[in-house]
Amino acid sequence: MGVIGQIGQWFDHRLQLAAPIRDTVEHPVPRNTASWFYVFGSAALTVFLLQLVTGILLALIYVPSASEAWSSLQALNHDVTLGWFIRAMHGWGSNFMVALVLIHMVQVFLFGAYKFPRELTWIVGVFLLLMTLGMAFSGQVLRFDQDAYWGLGIGASIASRVPIAGPIIVKLMLGGPIIAGATLTRFFALHVFVIPGMLIGFVCLHLLMVLKLGINEWPMPGRLVKRATYENEYHQLTRKDGAPFVPYAVWKDLFFAAFILLAVAACAMYLGPFGPTGRPDPTIIQTVPKPDYFFLWLYGLLSYLPPSMETPALLIGPVVVIAFLVLLPFLSGEGEKSWRRRPIAVLTVLLIAIILGTLTHLAGYTPWSPHMNAWSGDPVPDNFLHGSTALQRQGALVFQAKQCRNCHSLGEGGGQRGPALDSVAVRLNQDQLIRQVIQGGGNMPAYGKNLSPAETTALVAFLETLHPAGQTPARDAALDDAQEKSTSAR
Amino acid sequence: MADQNTLSRRGLFMKMGILFNGLVATALAVPIVGFLLSSITRGRANAYLSWVPLGPIKDFPEGETRLATFTNPYMTPTDGKTVETACWVRRVEGEQFQVFAINCAHLGCPVRWFPQSGLFMCPCHGGAYYRDGSRASGPPERGLFEYPYRVQDGMVRIQAGELPTPGSPTASLFGNKPPCGARNELVSIESKLSTTSETNALLGKTKTWA
Repeated sequence: MGVIGQIGQWFDHRLQLAAPIRDTVEHPVPRNTASWFYVFGSAALTVFLLQLVTGILLALIYVPSASEAWSSLQALNHDVTLGWFIRAMHGWGSNFMVALVLIHMVQVFLFGAYKFPRELTWIVGVFLLLMTLGMAFSGQVLRFDQDAYWGLGIGASIASRVPIAGPIIVKLMLGGPIIAGATLTRFFALHVFVIPGMLIGFVCLHLLMVLKLGINEWPMPGRLVKRATYENEYHQLTRKDGAPFVPYAVWKDLFFAAFILLAVAACAMYLGPFGPTGRPDPTIIQTVPKPDYFFLWLYGLLSYLPPSMETPALLIGPVVVIAFLVLLPFLSGEGEKSWRRRPIAVLTVLLIAIILGTLTHLAGYTPWSPHMNAWSGDPVPDNFLHGSTALQRQGALVFQAKQCRNCHSLGEGGGQRGPALDSVAVRLNQDQLIRQVIQGGGNMPAYGKNLSPAETTALVAFLETLHPAGQTPARDAALDDAQEKSTSAR
Repeated sequence: MADQNTLSRRGLFMKMGILFNGLVATALAVPIVGFLLSSITRGRANAYLSWVPLGPIKDFPEGETRLATFTNPYMTPTDGKTVETACWVRRVEGEQFQVFAINCAHLGCPVRWFPQSGLFMCPCHGGAYYRDGSRASGPPERGLFEYPYRVQDGMVRIQAGELPTPGSPTASLFGNKPPCGARNELVSIESKLSTTSETNALLGKTKTWA
């Protein structure tokens, strides 16, 4: 035996790890699980390890102080050699990790892997997802910029809506009465100690159960899971049609993990680090705060929920979703595993993906927000003024000065919060236009107190010209009828 | 094997050991929990709130709404810029003011005042408020939060110190929640907060709340 072998034996005599490691490495897995569909979990773990390493590297420079954090991020971006790259790797790693955890979860759901006897593996996985999202949110806070500051305000506003305990929760969350130094330090403690510690523990549990219970076999349509017989069938399968995990299945995990690391590095290299945006100074109010990518759907949802439904949805929604995810393996712990015979499962995944995708897409251009930088000098395009009367031109000036285009588009420019006004005269007649401008309604503020009667008259005269050529504007049919009768009676 | 009803000497010691650890853990939990909850308990008697100056009254022309900033009365050495807070000051006439929190009553984003259209607008989810702070449109359920104010020796002061959030007790006492169906009536709360004595009476209520 060589020297290396002797040293190895010396260690193993004391550690006694060689046998369990060999068992783990060589444990038989069903042959058909050596599939490219089974690589997402290990890839998520790889990115988590990357996050640990890059996170520790960032902590060498980062200062978790509300007065210093932003400057230390600037130093990382601009002064420290390759600091920008480590920040970028950590930021992109975070996005990749959330994405991989979600993909892994969808795969596990569609392959029925949460069913007996792997219920607890799934439940631990649900907590791993929540912790991953917790890391993503707290990480965004540590990037202490304007988005982080106002994002915390949004978090506090949501937490404050909890009945009775709301104000207490807010003070606990912020570490005081306002978003300040104590807020950042407690999110630092969460992001760097509490959640990662829990994540490491839960990941170990998750992996332990995968090893003890065996990886989920490739689901065959019609092969049903029964509590009484499943474990026997699984063991027979691994005995008859099994192969050692290493090297039979592991090479795909290795290739995919390396590919993902390369992808993270490529994104970091070519797209760079995230922010920080402006200095977290609450007196700078010219800011449009936005959450990171994986919370954009929530940002969109909060714009579309009716006001009266918002608080219940915010407080009850997460409880229902988490309860459903935790209870899922108990609600359908047996039966069909294959997605080919579970149309409702497939449709649910598609529906959720479409909803989240649509809300994320909408949050990309926020059609619900007024154009905050549309200013009163933004003139009405010339082509809307050809052949108009003096009164109509006066109305166009009112239209410009009262910033109607903050919310309404005309021609190319303007907000999308209200309807486009290019053909408003076809939809509303004179009386309706006056009423809408003065009283508002349908999510439009009332301008009655902000417009003189002369301004309203001029504005409505201009709005009445907004119809496509050759299409007649809306008119009050009842009024026409009455006029006709009075002329014929004469 | 020991009888089930008898307790061995070692068994007793183990149980006593567990009990002893339990007692020590409970004793240690008192300062630990006290430390963890310190951010709440400090605010018990409105300790976070105090009257802060916004500037001399001449800085705020009648009929106009101006941005003002103040330093939060409670601060720690590492707060940096975060203790600086902005608010919108509307001088209605004379010594009658409305001081609005910068935070949207929906989810706390900074609202901006547009004098031309006479609206406060929020960049996040599109909340809009009239010049008197009442809700105009969008997702907010209520009007802007208002700070209690007073004018003393030519100086405008507000009572501030806490981030206004939809659920905070001060927010439910100040600011206007338009009654159902009265959205277009421009409900004003000027009457509610017209005198300092009334303001102070309302403040008395906030103290009993916490």
